[in-house]
Amino acid sequence: MIVRILTLIAVMMPLSVNAIERIDINRGVVEPMPIAISSFTSESSEGKELGNNITNVITNDLESSGLFRALDKQSFIENITDGRKQPDYPSWRQLSIPALVSGHIINKGSESEIEFRLWDVFLQQQMSGSMLVTKSANWRRAAHMIADEIYKRLTGEEGYFDTRIVYVAESGASKTRIKRLAIMDYDGENHKFLTDGNSLVLTPRFSPESQKILYMSYAKKMPRVLIRDIESGKERVLGDFPGMTFAPRFAPSGNRALLSMAKDGVTNIYEIDIHSMNKKAITNTADIDTSPSYSPDETKIVFNSDRGGKPQLYVMNSDGSNPHRISFGDGRYATPVWSPRGDLIAFTKWGDGTGMFYIGVMRPDGSGERLLASGYIVESPTWAPNGRVITYTKQERGGKSRIHSIDLTGHNERELITPTDASDPAWSPLLK
Amino acid sequence: MVKKLLSIAFAVILVAACQTGSMNKGGAGANGNYAPGSQGDLATRAGDHVLFDFDSSQITAEARETLAKQAEWLKQYNSANVTVEGHADERGTREYNLALGERRATSVKKALISLGVEAGRLQTISYGKERPAVDGHDEAAYAQNRRGVTTIN
Repeated sequence: MIVRILTLIAVMMPLSVNAIERIDINRGVVEPMPIAISSFTSESSEGKELGNNITNVITNDLESSGLFRALDKQSFIENITDGRKQPDYPSWRQLSIPALVSGHIINKGSESEIEFRLWDVFLQQQMSGSMLVTKSANWRRAAHMIADEIYKRLTGEEGYFDTRIVYVAESGASKTRIKRLAIMDYDGENHKFLTDGNSLVLTPRFSPESQKILYMSYAKKMPRVLIRDIESGKERVLGDFPGMTFAPRFAPSGNRALLSMAKDGVTNIYEIDIHSMNKKAITNTADIDTSPSYSPDETKIVFNSDRGGKPQLYVMNSDGSNPHRISFGDGRYATPVWSPRGDLIAFTKWGDGTGMFYIGVMRPDGSGERLLASGYIVESPTWAPNGRVITYTKQERGGKSRIHSIDLTGHNERELITPTDASDPAWSPLLK
Repeated sequence: MVKKLLSIAFAVILVAACQTGSMNKGGAGANGNYAPGSQGDLATRAGDHVLFDFDSSQITAEARETLAKQAEWLKQYNSANVTVEGHADERGTREYNLALGERRATSVKKALISLGVEAGRLQTISYGKERPAVDGHDEAAYAQNRRGVTTIN
């Protein structure tokens, strides 16, 4: 999984001044930016094939964001034969595209040098360029990293393509549903089951290093939160609690986690040190306090409580002091998740009767509520690491359940392709 | 006419018994009778589950009648230990419903204790909305799925 990046000094070009107008991704409806993505060139046939594959993944990444539209290669005038060299700008300008992507691959058997360039067609200069040296088998990750770099250069925000999603794969009848942990690249590739389905499992959550997950398991009929190393599969119960533990979530620093414990009809929130397993009660009420999520700076916790009579969202200091309600709209609110940017809280909302469920966002003070997606049941939002896209569970009335993603603008809703029914997605940070 | 009514009543009892989800330890004989002290026996003679209102863990008057019969049954079969399962309908988030299911299971447990069953014989577990009793996606189905089920260990 090691990919080294050597950023190329733009030796061929004068210093870039970043002339392309950035895409304003905060606008409601964005017309996708047209972009030309030329197949990466190579002198070997293996390299050419790798180049085509990488170009396809970059194209899919950028188009899936809803912010870019890749031009049909049939419309290209120049046939680029060495992706490292300066393109024939006038012929690309005729296509009315602001940016061109090219690249070149030197295939050395199991290793490859993958070089890419992003060109500003109007200012006639290189905007970005880098070389990735990697095992050829890692070509997908290299492609995602290049797509992230292009996204960052053209939007001004970090990308989210070099990421993974852990989720719950579902099969079987509803009364005896089989649920397995599964993991895949954010685009559905490299799919792998992590558990065998013998135990009911729920709500996996990534650590900030993306190497570990917290999840809930009914193994041995003892519903508890487990911590699991993804690569080795080693796992253990998180902490020693006398009752059911659930609703886990890592702190952004990764050293501790929040969860809730239900016992004797009462559910409270606890913090636990991942290493020492020391635990500390954060709430101590006779109500249901659950679904806690830290702010990025870990000074605050947003959580779900029915202390006011029905489930609503509350924010408190991370030591449990000063809890105050932030959700005041009609209906019920639950599973709040603080955005990695800190500016918004995503949540699930539903009506008292038989109405729809919604995924929405609000500011941490409860203002500016916006509903982004709706369905028979939509729940369990999780943020892309750049805080621009949310994935969530979408269940149809018939029971079919899939993972969908939607842009923060409320546009570009898509289904993530999974081999079976799916729920409880958790988006990893950008991989390292 | 009387005969017909009886057969309807019998059918209803069988449906209720099937809800236990414990077919293999129900103890059903070939003629539909259950072994004394079995899950099926509990389900037919006392009723093995009680229903709850939406987002509520209050024991209703109807549920209390069922639990009184369960308590009598448990006094008769005083070697049986049970686990009370708390369940929720699907109209809530997974995590909130786990908490709600636990609260419902605890309500049933406390009611059984108040009716004279020793606390040490009663365990609880919550399945939230993960194990519905019926498949549907309407109010009738939700009502059946908001339940506490008393299962013999």
